[in-house]
Amino acid sequence: MPVVVEAQNLQKYYNGFQAVAGIDFKIQKGQCFGILGPNGAGKTTVVAMIYCFHPVSGGKLTVFGNDVNNDPRTIKKRLGVVPQENNLDLELSVRENLLIYASYYGIKRDVAEKRARELLYFFGLSAKADQEVDKISGGMKRRLTIARGLIHTPDLLILDEPTTGLDPQSRRLIWEHLRQLKKNGLTLILTTHYLEEASHLCDDLIIMDRGVILDEGKPGDLIKKQVGTKVVEVDLEPAQRNALINSMDTLISGYQMAESTIYLFIPEDETKVMKALNNSNFAHTYQVRPANLEDVFLKLTGRGLSYEEDAGYESSSYAKTL
Amino acid sequence: MKAAVTPKLYRWASYYSPVNRWALKVFTRNLFVFRKTWTTNLAFNIVEPLLYLAALGAGLGMLVEDVEGMSYTQFIAPGIVATSAMWAAAAECSYDSFVRMYYQKIYHAIVATPINLQEVVAGELLYGTFKSVLSGTVITVVIAALGLVPSPWALLIPAVLVLNGMAFSQLAMIWTGIVPKIDNFAYFFTLVITPMFLFSGVFFPLDVLPVILQQLAWLLPLYHIVVLLRSLTLGLVSADLIFHALWLLVFILIIFPLPQYLMRRRLIK
Repeated sequence: MPVVVEAQNLQKYYNGFQAVAGIDFKIQKGQCFGILGPNGAGKTTVVAMIYCFHPVSGGKLTVFGNDVNNDPRTIKKRLGVVPQENNLDLELSVRENLLIYASYYGIKRDVAEKRARELLYFFGLSAKADQEVDKISGGMKRRLTIARGLIHTPDLLILDEPTTGLDPQSRRLIWEHLRQLKKNGLTLILTTHYLEEASHLCDDLIIMDRGVILDEGKPGDLIKKQVGTKVVEVDLEPAQRNALINSMDTLISGYQMAESTIYLFIPEDETKVMKALNNSNFAHTYQVRPANLEDVFLKLTGRGLSYEEDAGYESSSYAKTL
Repeated sequence: MKAAVTPKLYRWASYYSPVNRWALKVFTRNLFVFRKTWTTNLAFNIVEPLLYLAALGAGLGMLVEDVEGMSYTQFIAPGIVATSAMWAAAAECSYDSFVRMYYQKIYHAIVATPINLQEVVAGELLYGTFKSVLSGTVITVVIAALGLVPSPWALLIPAVLVLNGMAFSQLAMIWTGIVPKIDNFAYFFTLVITPMFLFSGVFFPLDVLPVILQQLAWLLPLYHIVVLLRSLTLGLVSADLIFHALWLLVFILIIFPLPQYLMRRRLIK
C-alpha cells in the first residue's frame, strides 16, 4: 500500500507553546485514518499542517511524497479540506459555491458544472441547488462543505470534526456518505472527539492528548489491547472502592475510577466477575457492556473525551467528563 | 555577507510575485459575488458623491466666488471623483475584506485550494482597485454629462484611478491585517481617510493654508490624485503630472509587501 502522508517527529509550536510534541504516523492509500482526542489535543493543528496551512515547526511531514515545506501548491491540488467551521460563500447559492470553488482549481466551467451536479446528487442536495446557502440547514451546509472539498476529485479528503454540532440524524447521514466515499477508494483523514464516529469509520487511528500520541492501531485492536472485551460499571461508595478492587484483582485487567462510578476492565469472560460481585457484600448497582474507545481514552489519560456539546447523545450516557 | 543579503532580497521580491493568475481567481470570485450584490453597493459608491457635489456645488458654491478662475462646482468636481474612488477602495479592503477574512472565513476556504494567502491578498487588492476605478469612472461620466469635464485629456482619468484604487486598497488592507475588531476601522477612517478627504485640495486650493500644512499635504496620496484629476479634467497638462504619477507609483510599490506580510502574520501561526 502506498503511503499518502508520513510524519516523522512532527512538531508545532505557537509562540513557545508546544501544540504537537514530536509525533510519528503513516497514512496508507485508501484508509480512513482517525485522529481522536479531546479539544486542545492538537488534532486540528496536525491536519492544518497536512493541508499546508500552518508551517511545520520541526520534524518532517510529507504528503504524496512531497515535503509540505517545499511545494504546498502541488500538495493542495490533490487534497480536499473540510474545515471545522463552515466557511461557505453565504451570498451565493449551493451550486454557485461549488462552481466558485472549482474555479480556484482552474477547472473548466462545463467540467465543474457536471461535477457539481454529481456531487449535489450524491449528497442529496440537488433540490437545494439554487437556494442561498444562508437558508439551508446546518446538516446540509456540512454536506455542502464536504461536496465542495471533493469538487476537484482529490486523492485525499481531510475532515476536521465533520459532525461536531450536528444532530444525531445529520451525523449518521454524513457517516453514511463518508463510508461510501471510502468504499470508492478515497483516502480520508478524520479528526473527532466522538468515539462512536472514530469506531464507525476509521480503519486506523491515533489517540492524541496534549500534543502527543497515546496509542495507535485499529479501533478493535486498541480496545482489546488496552481494556479487553467488556466493562463492568459499578456504582459504589468511595470508601469501599479499594476493598472491591482488591477482591477483584485477579479477575480484571484494569480499572478506572470516575466520580461515582468504577469501571472494571474484563479481559474476556465476565461471568467470574459477575459471580464475585453477586457474592460480595458491597452495597452497589452495576451493569455490563462491551468495551469501547472511551474506555481506552479514559484509561490512557485518566479523563474522558469532551462531551459538552453532546448532551443526550446515546453514547454519552456512561461517559464521565472529569 | 552576500549570502545573507541575497535571501533577504529574494524574500522581499517574493511579495511582488503574488500578482498572478491565482490572484486573478480571487478577483474573479469577488467579481462574481459583486454581480449578484452590486445594487446594494451603488448608493454608497455613486449616489453619495453626487450628493456632495450637489450640496457643495449648488449650495456652498453660491457663497464662493470663482476659485482659480473657475466655478466652485467645476473646482470640486474632479476632487469628488478622486474622493469617491478613494472611499470605494478604502471601504472595500477594510470592512468588506474584514468580513470575508474574519467572519465568513473565506480566506481560510481559499487557502485550502492551490491558492496561497499572499495571492488572496493580491486578489483582494485588485478587486478593491476595480471597485474604485468603477466608482470613479461612473462619477466622471456623470460630471461630464453635467458639462464639468471640458478636456479630452480626461480619457486618462481611469489610469489615474488605478493608481488611486491600488494605493487606498493597500492602506485599507494594512489595517485589515492589524485590527482586532471590525469597530477599530473607525480609527482608520478618522485618522487617515477623513483628513485626506479634507486636506488634499478637494474643497479649497491648498495655497490658502500655512506653508507647513501645504508641505504636509505633499505626503498624502490623495493630494497627488486630486492634482492629476483636476489637471486632466481641465486639460492643464504639463510635465509636472508625470512627477505626481511617479510619486503614487513609488508609494504603491513601497507599501506593496505590507498587507501581505501583515495578513500572513495575522492568520498563519
